[in-house]
Amino acid sequence: MKKHKTAPNRRTKLVIWTSIMALALIAVYILGIFIPDTAVFSSFLNAKQPPSFKHLFGTDALGRDIFLRTLKGMAVSMTVGIAASLISAVIAIIVGIAAATGSKAADAFVNWLIDLVMSVPHTILIILISFALGRGLKGLLIGIAATHWCSLARLIRGEVLQLRAQHYIAVSRRLGKSHGWILTHHLLPHLIPQFFVGLVLMLPHAILHEASISFLGFGLSPEQPAIGIILSESMRYLSAGMWWQAVLPGLVLVLMVLLVEQTGEHLQTILNPYSVQQ
Amino acid sequence: MSELLKRSVRIFFTYGIRTLSLLFAVSVVSFVLISASPINPVQQYLIGLGTAVSPQQRAELEDYWGVNEPPVQRYFGWLSEVLHGNLGESALYRRPVAEIISERFWNSFALMLCAWLLSGVMGFGLGCIMGMYQDRWADKILKKCCYILSAVPTFWLGLVLLLVCSVWLKWFPIGFSAPIGVRSEDVTLGQRIYHLILPAFTLSLMSFSNIALHTRQKLSDVLSSEYVLFARARGEGKWTILRRHGLRNILFPALTLQFASFAELFGGSVIAENVFSYPGLGSAVSAAGLNGDVALLLGITLFSAVFVSFGNMAANILYGIIDPQIREVEA
Amino acid sequence: MEQKDTTLLEIHDLSVSFRMYEHGLKQTDLQVISELHLTVSRGEIVAVAGSSGSGKSLLASAILGILPENATVRGHIHYQGEELTAARQEQLRGTEIALVPQSVSFLDPLMKIGAQLDGHRRPRQTEKRKNLLRRFGLPEKTPQLYPFQLSGGMARRVLVSTALITDAQLLIADEPTPGMSLEQALEALRLFREMADEGKAVILITHDIDLAIAFADRVAVFYAGTTVETAPASDFQNGSKALRHPYTKALWNALPQNGFQPIEGFQPYAGALPNGCLFAPRCPYKTRQCMENNPPIREVRGGEVRCWQFEHPCDEREVYHGT
Repeated sequence: MKKHKTAPNRRTKLVIWTSIMALALIAVYILGIFIPDTAVFSSFLNAKQPPSFKHLFGTDALGRDIFLRTLKGMAVSMTVGIAASLISAVIAIIVGIAAATGSKAADAFVNWLIDLVMSVPHTILIILISFALGRGLKGLLIGIAATHWCSLARLIRGEVLQLRAQHYIAVSRRLGKSHGWILTHHLLPHLIPQFFVGLVLMLPHAILHEASISFLGFGLSPEQPAIGIILSESMRYLSAGMWWQAVLPGLVLVLMVLLVEQTGEHLQTILNPYSVQQ
Repeated sequence: MSELLKRSVRIFFTYGIRTLSLLFAVSVVSFVLISASPINPVQQYLIGLGTAVSPQQRAELEDYWGVNEPPVQRYFGWLSEVLHGNLGESALYRRPVAEIISERFWNSFALMLCAWLLSGVMGFGLGCIMGMYQDRWADKILKKCCYILSAVPTFWLGLVLLLVCSVWLKWFPIGFSAPIGVRSEDVTLGQRIYHLILPAFTLSLMSFSNIALHTRQKLSDVLSSEYVLFARARGEGKWTILRRHGLRNILFPALTLQFASFAELFGGSVIAENVFSYPGLGSAVSAAGLNGDVALLLGITLFSAVFVSFGNMAANILYGIIDPQIREVEA
Repeated sequence: MEQKDTTLLEIHDLSVSFRMYEHGLKQTDLQVISELHLTVSRGEIVAVAGSSGSGKSLLASAILGILPENATVRGHIHYQGEELTAARQEQLRGTEIALVPQSVSFLDPLMKIGAQLDGHRRPRQTEKRKNLLRRFGLPEKTPQLYPFQLSGGMARRVLVSTALITDAQLLIADEPTPGMSLEQALEALRLFREMADEGKAVILITHDIDLAIAFADRVAVFYAGTTVETAPASDFQNGSKALRHPYTKALWNALPQNGFQPIEGFQPYAGALPNGCLFAPRCPYKTRQCMENNPPIREVRGGEVRCWQFEHPCDEREVYHGT
């Protein structure tokens, strides 16, 4: 092992680690996307095979390779998660800014709205939204997006309130700058890191929700290789001893969620300038 | 003590109005969502009945859902029915929704209560241990476990527990061997508890990390406070401090948090009940959603909102009991 | 030999520093108490006087052994002639040595005063508690109240009572009087005097030099984490000539009744302490020696002082302390 004379400081290490984790995530994602549909073919000769070198995670009841399905499913879950988080984060930033810069009534309304979203169990709200939109991808996306913006909106509201109290903003206002000018020149630059960190920290929840809802049967259609669907299928063969279909894809899901979570937390430490002093 | 009672009543009323407004909004939003769905509640109900439906029955149904009325009137017509206790008729079970909810709620209630108590006790206990041994190995390991658990989806955890405890070890029944909607009259209490253990354990594992991490944080705040420094100066040992000052100062916040987590609890129970085919509201709501049972879906949604507000109300009252003291100290 | 018998507490070369992390993994030591000397004998009240933020409260924590975990303690503390180890500190806390804390935030906000007065030890001292409350003029319902229901003055009296209810031989009172009325403060100090007369001892930590002069037997002047001088309280009444250290003299001159002359400069911050004598940067009589080395403690005219001007061999009788 090569020994560094001067240990790289925490920040550099963090940046390196975060990059590695982000690269790993992207690698899984790309791998999942580029696995051709033909690679996951049914073959009754190969059905219900336990894990082997040929089929790392074994095969399912239709003889499909579970490892490849899991990778594809992970990519689908991540796509849904990212899209839903993105919508949710945009809602959060709009609502957060509206609450902090608007009238008192607007603020009260936003608080009430957050309470409203919090007053129905999210699983049920997503089921309801998915039901309203005739199930499938659209309902899933909107359902997850509609339920995940609350905490980020609160955070952004607090941040904007704090920023607005700063002197330079008051000076800008005295100088006659418009609301829009202050928003784009002073507020947004500060909020962009918050936005990205919030987005990444939201992602694991979105992915987990996507998997749960697909598992219940409200999300993606059964033909799609979503993790929730693979696991839902596995329930049928659980008592037959097909443990691999239940355990291994779930393990991948947990690992990916942990990876995203860690990346988000590291990103927060890096983007938060106060972390340097810690 | 009457002071305390008065305060609780005041909080009850202030939050009561807010809660009512929220419940009203929930009913509007759910009704709008249901109306937007491509599924027609009347048609859906009649599908299974074929020609055996009388014109009168049909008229009653159309009247309940206000098929021929404009949307706003339709909503208020439905709302007044709901307020009179008529939640409609389930298309899936062919019984009044209110009856199904009241029956299944007790199953869900037993499940949620067990999980709630278990996660509360486990989370609080482990949180105390983590706080007492902050930054030592016990704390570090438990903290890692909590973080990992928060990344584990409930349904997978349920699947793995089912696989290990039921399929391999054969300690517990495989929940889904019983058909959905099993008649509750045929089940004995012993069987009920036997069927309850694994789902309750799964559900509690999901929510305990939150309370554990919260308790850890609170306890570490307490332990770094000046009053604990003074307690140490008076010769109180570690565990005496936990008993005399720690529990006193962290129990209420933890309880408040536990009450405020009714939404997650209910949401988690939907998943857990489906994994274990447990005959509660959670398995009913997903069955309703999948089978286009509009009345049941709507009924359980409203019921879940009431359930959550009940928890929030309890949390607010609990918080209000300790809050004025803190406020007066700061003043 | 007689001296040895009456000495209750002896502190030699006590230094306290905190390990701090700044800029990632770089570790620095923040020295807050440096080479402090203090002796306390039975029957006396010793005031430790110095301006706020000079680390006086940490001295109390060091004696009791309740410093935070990242603190390092060097030097020696002897209690009744025996080294005060961590194990012994644990035994003595709340039984032999009692603390009167600074403010109401040292009381558990959710515990009734009665339980806090009683402490965790059994049996409860119910009689003693009643007497104390009466002497302090605290209402009879006080034990049923929560800390937030106490007025500032009541809280102070409760804090003093928590210490007086024990049978401690040594009482460390950290700013006990602010917030009390004059009579209440006098009553508290009278109780301290009674304790001292019973053969116990009191360390009175205060920023109020007048109070220290009026009620203590000896005054230790605390500056930047060390005691620069310990003098009999009477010396302060005899004017600045009777005092020894330049800082003490400056302090005396800064008192309103003695001309109100301010001292120039600021106390150095912990972490930015000068190399030599801690007072040297502000001292009008400083020499190169003062800037380079910290002077040792010397006994001068019945007091102790840490200043190079007393190092000339023929000036004073030298008594070498420590090893």
